[in-house]
Amino acid sequence: MKRILVGIKRVVDFNVRIRVKPDGTGVVTDGVKMSVNPFDEIALEEALRIKERGGAAEVVVATVGPADCQQQLRSALAMGADRALHVQADGIIEPLVAARALLKLIEREQPFLVILGKQAIDDDNGQTGQVLAALWNRPQATYASKLELVGEGTARVTREVDAGLETLEVDLPAVITTDLRLNEPRYVKLPDIMKAKKKPLDTLTLAALGVEQRQQLKLVKFEPPLQRQKGVRVKDAAELVEQLKKKGLL
Amino acid sequence: MSAKILIVAEHDGTRLNVSTAKCVSCARAVAGAEITVVVCAAAAAPLAAQAAQIAGVARVLTVENPANAHALAAVLAPQLAALAAPFNLILGPSTTFGKDLMARIAGLLGAPQVSDIMALESATRFRRPIYAGNAILTVEADGAARVVGTVRMASFEAAGGGGAAAIEKAAVSAELPTHTRFISVSAAKSDRPDLQTAAKVISGGRALGSAEGFRILYSLADKIGAAVGASRAAVDAGFAPNEMQVGQTGKIIAPELYVAIGISGAIQHLTGIKDARTIVAINKDGEAPIFEVADFGLVGDLFQIIPEIEKLV
Ligand SMILES: Cc1cc2nc3c(=O)[nH]c(=O)nc-3n(C[C@H](O)[C@H](O)[C@H](O)COP(=O)(O)OP(=O)(O)OC[C@H]3O[C@@H](n4cnc5c(N)ncnc54)[C@H](O)[C@@H]3O)c2cc1C
Ligand SMILES: Nc1ncnc2c1ncn2[C@@H]1O[C@H](COP(=O)(O)O)[C@@H](O)[C@H]1O
Repeated sequence: MKRILVGIKRVVDFNVRIRVKPDGTGVVTDGVKMSVNPFDEIALEEALRIKERGGAAEVVVATVGPADCQQQLRSALAMGADRALHVQADGIIEPLVAARALLKLIEREQPFLVILGKQAIDDDNGQTGQVLAALWNRPQATYASKLELVGEGTARVTREVDAGLETLEVDLPAVITTDLRLNEPRYVKLPDIMKAKKKPLDTLTLAALGVEQRQQLKLVKFEPPLQRQKGVRVKDAAELVEQLKKKGLL
Repeated sequence: MSAKILIVAEHDGTRLNVSTAKCVSCARAVAGAEITVVVCAAAAAPLAAQAAQIAGVARVLTVENPANAHALAAVLAPQLAALAAPFNLILGPSTTFGKDLMARIAGLLGAPQVSDIMALESATRFRRPIYAGNAILTVEADGAARVVGTVRMASFEAAGGGGAAAIEKAAVSAELPTHTRFISVSAAKSDRPDLQTAAKVISGGRALGSAEGFRILYSLADKIGAAVGASRAAVDAGFAPNEMQVGQTGKIIAPELYVAIGISGAIQHLTGIKDARTIVAINKDGEAPIFEVADFGLVGDLFQIIPEIEKLV
């Protein structure tokens, strides 16, 4: 069956104002709204559109993390994914561990396309897709703003790079990571949330997949960023130009 | 034992990107570090000569291969992983080139990666922003044999010139995949300064209303020698091309002067300009969050104010 695998990460919602805990051990997450990483919603939307165009038969979403992550898998099922896989794991999951677990799922599910977000907006690592592609020894096309399947075995991907837009051709299977302009994710309708409750959600463990939960980077301390000094208001263009000239900026 | 650091050079085939000299600055924070720069290219000699001049570089390695004509991570990563063994730390820039490539190298090595290094406290201890810069995290690689890192460009000045490093050809035997092929890149050619290195940047937001509207920014920018940037809303609406986007998912910049025009100041935008020396905000809404970070704020209609400024400079 032609299948697409989409990675889903549970993160603090992008609208939440992040606060660092006073003891520096982390950021405040108690009672904070959690969501699907926005880039992963885009990944799922792209997979669903490919399926709706007849390019795939099934969309499977997967997450590696603690029990709470099932909420985000349910959201993904409500958006339209067919099935969800939850790899139960506690503690800090580094990109290498997430990628090793995703690779095990790839071996089981044999997707022709794997779509992840370009970065998770909590750790801002931006690594998992590339690490996965390396472990799998398959192509990667990161920061995708356009994805076209060409014939049976290849995809053409437009990537947002510093210079502008780059186009790559990759053989499938491949790993794609999404940029914001790839698409605009659909809204979930209430009946879909009800339907999602009946969709299959399988739980596995890292140990059962044969992946070691290993943390290579110790999180020493969290600090709030330096705050900028509040500045002054100027009354008009003339005063602004004068001030900037005084500072040697114009 | 002094740390051995390998820096992956970024270039366009003829010129070294300034990101390489910024990575060297980052690496020099480790006392006594032995710094090697590696240049992968189709024709590496002219690029290696530029890298050899960066102050603080001890050695330049070249890896020449016609397959290296375009920077494809899947092609470059196995060559770089093959060179990694003697090094404790392998650094590349946190640009789209480096972010794409370095994590693939980390994957091949099974090494941890530290993304967006803003300070290097030792060869194993780093500071980096998380949550779009709303928290700063110190991480320590515990006994990892090798660490891969990407260097946050806005946090480092480029290392100066005047060096004279030895240049060596590296012998790399790695099987290179053909499953990933470069087709094209569309880069709008512009005579304006480069957004990432410009001393002055003028950015426009949704308020500019159209690609036409951006013209008043280009006109002012040309008069003062500034680069032009844009908010995501402006890029999404098609007023400006994607390479102009400033922010969490665009470019992170640190100019001397940043002028935000008709930009509200969402946290994702502010992430990109935190290190600007002086921030100016022009917005008709006096309550816009951009004013909280602006050194100089001017409340008013940009379509009236910008032409006035242009006349005065
Ligand atoms: C995961 C994620 C990543 C993101 N990454 C980025 C990023 O990298 N960069 C980025 O910029 N955004 C990013 N965003 C989007 C961000 O949240 C905001 O939506 C965006 O920055 C808003 O752009 P804006 O300020 O141009 O538009 P608006 O928020 O609509 O602000 C327009 C401003 O113009 C002012 N205005 C209107 N008319 C005039 C006038 N005539 N004269 C003067 N002022 C006027 C208004 O008062 C208003 O403040 C991201 C969002 C998400 C979820
Ligand atoms: N624990 C995880 N479970 C599932 N997918 C993940 C996980 N961590 C990261 N990903 C995927 O990898 C992308 C990049 O994450 P990161 O490398 O952490 O920035 C995310 O947008 C997800 O698609």
